[in-house]
Amino acid sequence: MILLSNSLTTPAIGTLVWSALIFGLFFLILTKFAWKPILNAVKARDEMIKGSLESAAKAREEMLKLQSDNEAILKKAREEREGILKEARDVRDKLISEAKGKASEEADRLVEKARAGIESEKRKALSEIREQVATLSIEIASKLLGEKLKQTGEQEKLIDNYLKDIDFNKN
Amino acid sequence: MKTRFIIGYFFFFLLTGTTVSAFGKEVEEKAEGKVKFNASTYILEHIADSHEWHIFTKKNGESVAIYLPVILFRKETGIDLFSSKQLSHGKIFKGYKLEEEGELKGKIVSVNAEGAVDEENLPLDLSMTKTVMGMLSAAIIGLLLFLSLARSYKKTGISHPKGIQSFLEPIILFVRDDIAIPNLGHHKYEKYMPYLLTAFFFILINNLMGLIPFPPPFGANVTGNIAITFTLACCTFLITQFSGNKSYWRHIFATPGVPIWLLPVMIPVEIIGMFSKPFALMIRLFANITAGHIIVLSLICLIFIFDSLALAPVSVFFVIFMDCLELLVAFLQAYIFTLLSALFISLAVQEHH
Repeated sequence: MILLSNSLTTPAIGTLVWSALIFGLFFLILTKFAWKPILNAVKARDEMIKGSLESAAKAREEMLKLQSDNEAILKKAREEREGILKEARDVRDKLISEAKGKASEEADRLVEKARAGIESEKRKALSEIREQVATLSIEIASKLLGEKLKQTGEQEKLIDNYLKDIDFNKN
Repeated sequence: MKTRFIIGYFFFFLLTGTTVSAFGKEVEEKAEGKVKFNASTYILEHIADSHEWHIFTKKNGESVAIYLPVILFRKETGIDLFSSKQLSHGKIFKGYKLEEEGELKGKIVSVNAEGAVDEENLPLDLSMTKTVMGMLSAAIIGLLLFLSLARSYKKTGISHPKGIQSFLEPIILFVRDDIAIPNLGHHKYEKYMPYLLTAFFFILINNLMGLIPFPPPFGANVTGNIAITFTLACCTFLITQFSGNKSYWRHIFATPGVPIWLLPVMIPVEIIGMFSKPFALMIRLFANITAGHIIVLSLICLIFIFDSLALAPVSVFFVIFMDCLELLVAFLQAYIFTLLSALFISLAVQEHH
């Protein structure tokens, strides 16, 4: 009851006027010179932070993409290398086997040729030897004949002997 | 924690210091058996408005006070401006007198040639009272604070907050992100931010200054004065009505889904609702702050009611406790007033119900 009867609960006109004036001025001055610049600065900062965060996320995404691209390229390159190496190995193997075949053929051919050469040489040599043997034999024979023929009886015996030895069937 | 202790000590010394000196007169008189200490008179004197700002009373009963300017308007004599010292101790000046007793206690009244109160011819009192001076000081402190804050924003640009910014910016962001945006939405909040911030900080600075009991720019019961809360609530009311859109007015005068025969009942109810919302704002702030001051003063009064110094430690302990609570209430009431203002405005601007 004290409160109700007191001036506490009845607004005084003077205070109303002053409070409206002071609060109004406080509001106008602060709005123009404080709230607008402060809120704008805070907003600009918020936007900058948001923008930087977004661009950072984008950059990270791009980096990840690049990384995966790199990996793909690397993988492809590795595969290509494998392919090239395999091809090269195949070519090498083929070359080697071809070369081996050729070489062995050549060797066979050479051996054959050598063998043929040897054979022909051998034959030539044999015929030469035979010729020489024949010549030598004739010489020896002639020499012996010369000696033996000095003794008449002996000459005939010798001729016979020789003749006996010579096999005409032999070449 | 440390700051709270400092604040606690501050309150301790100021409260004990000022109250002991302020009570000097009453205690002395009581010892002589003249006057019985009247707690309710004392408390009401402290929370009510006055034309002088009482600082303390000397041992010899002489009071030291700041005499505030008196501005009066009367039809016959026009505007009168003089110091309230002219009216101190019941003096009559220019046909005015500061009534000390009765129904008009604390008010300036006209007196006729015989020295009797002329109740027919009360002057219009536009004085810069204690409340007005307290409010003016709070507004000046607020202006200095936020204009320097704005300047520092101009200096730092969009880089991280420094100094005073790092203290005030979180509060500004709190008003924006937890009061304005949730209620008003992303598209409309910006228009109302200046009002919400002004109301929040005006109430907060006045609440905090009211909690500090001494010296003069502090300790005035500004937000516990019904005229101040009336003005603040009026601002919210006017902003709400002027930003009300079509659906808001349709909701009042043709509430959707209500049969026509009920409208004669509904329209007055809705119109009462328009006024009851800011009325609740006014009463809530006034009652909370006044109640806080009354509790703190009552606890101090306990010492004098029981006339025992032994009670002082208990009383002071509770006062410190209450002051910590009031510190919370100072923020809370500023928050609630701003929050509800944002809510009422949002009800007027939302697109559909």
